[in-house]
Parts: sequence; C-alpha cells; structure tokens
Amino acid sequence: MSDRVIHVEELAREYLMGAERVQALRGLTLTIRRNEYVAIMGPSGSGKSTFMNLMGCLDTPSGGSYWLNGQEVSRLTDDALARVRNKEIGFVFQTFNLLPRATALHNVELPLVYAGTSARERRQRAEEALTRVGLENRMHHRPNELSGGQRQRVAIARALVNRPSLLLADEPTGNLDSTTSEEIMRVFAELHRQGQTIVVVTHEPSIAAHAERVVVLRDGRLDSDTRNTQVAA
Amino acid sequence: MPVFEAVRMALRTIAAQKLKSFFSLIGVLIGVTFLIAVVSIVQGMNVYMEDQFANRLIGLNTFTLRRQPGINTGNVTEETWRAWQRRPRISYDDADYVAERLHTPALIARYCADRMTLNYNGKVAKDIDLQGTEPSYFEIKNIGIASGRIFTPQEVRVGAPVLVLGSEIGEKLFEGLDPLGKEVTIRGLPYRVIGVAERRGTLFGISLDKFAVMPFRAPARRHICPLNILDELQIKAPNPDLMLTAMAETEALMRTRRGLKPSEENNFDLQNASGALEGWKKISTVLFTALPGLVAISLVVGGIVIMNIMLMAVAERTREIGIRKALGAKRRDILAQFIIESATLSTVGAALGIGTGIGLAFLVRALTPLPAAVAPWSIGLAVALGVLVGMVAGVYPASRASKLDPITALRAE
Repeated sequence: MSDRVIHVEELAREYLMGAERVQALRGLTLTIRRNEYVAIMGPSGSGKSTFMNLMGCLDTPSGGSYWLNGQEVSRLTDDALARVRNKEIGFVFQTFNLLPRATALHNVELPLVYAGTSARERRQRAEEALTRVGLENRMHHRPNELSGGQRQRVAIARALVNRPSLLLADEPTGNLDSTTSEEIMRVFAELHRQGQTIVVVTHEPSIAAHAERVVVLRDGRLDSDTRNTQVAA
Repeated sequence: MPVFEAVRMALRTIAAQKLKSFFSLIGVLIGVTFLIAVVSIVQGMNVYMEDQFANRLIGLNTFTLRRQPGINTGNVTEETWRAWQRRPRISYDDADYVAERLHTPALIARYCADRMTLNYNGKVAKDIDLQGTEPSYFEIKNIGIASGRIFTPQEVRVGAPVLVLGSEIGEKLFEGLDPLGKEVTIRGLPYRVIGVAERRGTLFGISLDKFAVMPFRAPARRHICPLNILDELQIKAPNPDLMLTAMAETEALMRTRRGLKPSEENNFDLQNASGALEGWKKISTVLFTALPGLVAISLVVGGIVIMNIMLMAVAERTREIGIRKALGAKRRDILAQFIIESATLSTVGAALGIGTGIGLAFLVRALTPLPAAVAPWSIGLAVALGVLVGMVAGVYPASRASKLDPITALRAE
C-alpha cells in the first residue's frame, strides 16, 4: 500500500457536450508504484488527456475512486485539490506554461509561493532545482530569452521544487526538435534514476520507449499494460 | 500570495503599458486632483480670509460699533439695506458714552473716513482714503511708522491739521523728496505731513497703502463725516475672550443709551473678524459640501474604468491563471492577486492625482495672493480612497478569475 503512488479503481469521467453525454473514461483500474516510470499512450479520444487531468487533480471523476499516496482525492474540494497539486504533483506541459514576464528563478519559486514558504528558503530551493536541471547560469533570464529545451528544463525545475511524489508530464517534447527531445528525456531518465516517480502522457512511441512501463488506453478503457524490456537510453 | 509580489507585478504591468495605464487611471487621477486642489485652495482661502482679510481690515481682537456692518461677504437684500439706512448714526456722544462706561480694558478709536483728493505742489493724488481718528488707531490696526511720528492726543483735541501718509502716497506726491514737514492741501486747506506709515502691501490685489490719517477733529472732517457723527468706534481688547466680553458690554451700553426694549432689535451693528467672515464661511461650506460629490463621481467613473481594465487583464491572462492554479494557487490566492493588482493600479492613479493636486495648489500660491497649503489629511484621504476604489473595482474581475476552471484556463491561448 505504502508504495502505491497512484491507485485508481473503476475511474470514470463523463462530460456533457450540449445535450450529448460523452464518456471519456469508462472504468479504469490501474496502480502506479513508487519510482515507476510510466508512459500513458493512446490515440486522440482514447481518454488519456482526461486521465492526465484526473491524475493531476485538475479535475474530479464522475465515478470510481482515486487514491494519491493512499489519500482518496476523488471527492476533495477545490481548495483541497489545489493543496494536493501544490504538494504532491509536479506538472510538465507540452507548451511549457511558464509565466512570460517572470524570470526562470521566479517561475520556479511560484509553487513555493503558494506553499507559503519563506522568501529566503524559496530562493534557495529554486536555485537548487535550477542547478539540478543544469540552468544555474540562466536563473535571471525570462522565458523568451531561453531556448525551447531550456524552457522545458525550467518547467521541470518548477515541477520538482516542491519535491512532489509524482512528476506528471503531458507531451513534454511535443514542441521540441528531436535533439532537444532526447536531451529532455535524458533529464527524465536521470530523475527516475534518483528515485522520482514519473508519468509521461504521449502519443509518440519514441518517447514512450524511454519509460519502463507503457500503458495504452483505447476508448476510455485500459487496452494494454506492458513492461519495456529494452528501455531506450 | 505575498502582497509585495502582486504589487510589483501590477507596477510592472503599468510600466509596460504607460499610455493605456494612464488612460485607465485618469478617472481616479482627476478625482484625487480635485480633492487635493480644492481642499488646499479652500483652506488657503480660509487662512487668507482670517489672517489677511478680516484681521487686517478689522484688526486682531477688535470689533467695530457702526450703524451697519462695514464688511459684507454675503448677500444683502435691498430691504435690509434700507432698514440699515433708517438707523440712527453713531454720534460723538455715543462714542463718549461707551468709552466712559466700558469696564473691559480696551483701546478705543473714534473713526471716520471717505475718499479725498490730496494736492502737493501741482501734483494730485486722487481717491485717497482720508481717515479721521485718534492715536490709538495705529495700534489697533497695527500700522507702523516708517518715518516721523503719529499725532498726539493734544493734536486730536485741538483738531490740528496734520497728516500721517500711507507709503504709496508719500512716494507718489513727493517722488523721492522727504515728505516730512511738507504741506499738502485737502480741498484748499493746508495740512502738514508729520509721519509716513510702513508699507502694508495688498489685499486681493488692492493696495492698502493709499491712505492718509488725520485727527478726527481736524478741519477736513466736515468733508468725510456729518457734524458730530462718526462712521465707527473701533475697540480692541487684549485677547479674544475679553473682546467678546467687551462686545457684550458695548451692546448692553448702546441698548441702554438708545432706550431699546428687550423685544427690539439692535439699531446699531457690532462686527468682529469672525462676523465679517460669515459670508465666506457659507461659501466654503458649500464648496466642502459639493466636493465629496465631485470627488465621488470621478472616483466611481475611475473605478468602473479600472474594473474594465481588470476584466480585460483577466481575459488576457487566463492562461497565467490556469498555470497558477495548476501549481497550487487556491481561489483566494487568485482573488487576492487581482484585487491587489487593481488596488495598486488605482493607488498609482491616486498618487499621480496627489502630485497634480499639489502642483495646482502651488500654482495657485505662486499666481495669486492665496496661501494655498496642502492639507496632510487630504493626502491621507486620497491614498485611502485610491486603495479603496481599486479594491472595490477589483472584486468582480478577481472573483471571475478565481472561479476559472484550471483545465479550460490552461488551454486558453
């Protein structure tokens, strides 16, 4: 139990699109343990984005249950979910989602601001996180002064700064060229080696190949759950 | 969400879009400018009216006994005016009666004045305020002597033809010559200049130095007052309390002397500096009553403009709000951020308004005789109003921002 980071049972999510009911997720059961590196795949409409939002506590399910680190989070209030997002989850987005007017350092400090960390500790931890992704010389640059790969590293530093139990990446290389993509995937591999639990949502097999486990969704259900015998370097 | 960070972010936004910010702040700016400028000018006017106008025209701790008010700052109806004209005038005997019986220690000056023409050696000074009075008058009005001397009680008693000139006449008639000892004629009668007064300056741009003072029994008195009649009796007490005592005493004495029944109104007038200011006080009260309205209208308009700017900001920054929520911002964090931003915006407007308001006040001080002085409380009030307007204007946009769904917000362009 204690090493289950994510455990979902019969997880379902329905949307109302006008008068029509759309079942994006139709009863998904899955467990992700500590220090696993999982890729979630599936064609568009398979429910992987919905699952990603639910895992990230950005959304609540319409059926089933979700335990994050043993805490049932499927019925939490908005503010409680905000706290969970802040403490337990580090997001990495396809479009980086950095604040354009803030420096790299300030972007990384942001989760700590909402955690109520003191200014001094905030700065120290943000500097550490940026150093960890190799950006110690870019701390005072704004996103538009950084390359795509550097921006994504800032986003990774931001995701890690609150020491979350889960790093959740949504198409993290979608906006990057192949060389840079490889660079980012090496960062992920290193974080995984250090013990970080990572979930990457992607539709690119080459990215999924870096994970040790690949979960494929289809029509809102689990299609396959396989272990990569050969993890890409 | 630390307040400081939100304030800094708001300031950065303002700096990035100077013109747009200026237009969005102009409502608050104008409102606060109004507040500061009007308060400073009206208060300056108050100081001026009290220090300069009333105290220099009537004198400090001084009141006058007259047939009718000498200074009217309010409106006087035709009817009131006619009633005043029917009152008996103040006679020499009235003055003696009051002077002999007044217990309160006070300086008393009998006084009469009118416009006269002065001649010297072919030169003419027209429209000179010729005042017939006693030596105590100089002390009551605080008129200093620049050269020569004032006349003596003996000269008053015998009605000696001597003059003390205001500084402007001295310069005009004698052009650099020493006026002392020179002979000036008034309606053909010779007067010897025995003194020249110190400069008194101007009041509302009118010179206070175009006067000549003579003993009230001097020959020219018949040109300025009817026989045995005075314009007024000036009475100065050592302090404001004694002035009020002396006023009450004088009122009682005059009523007795005139044989007025308790039901009858005074048929004479007692006026002191604060009485002379009644009309002005009405005006300043009206200004201070209208001011909140003017300020409120500008601030409401300013608040609405800021609310719109903030709604636009929320729309433009939907994605940012999504990011912040994903990173753990609670509703109240987003709410606080936008309210603080709105308050900062409005406070900057208020600060600019304080600047222009003070500027206007200084301009008025430089260009007019009014000592317009910025009241510290008005600055405090302006800052408080700025913060308040911004916070109120920010509530609705901030609440919209805080209720955004993080997933939708993250997808926004």
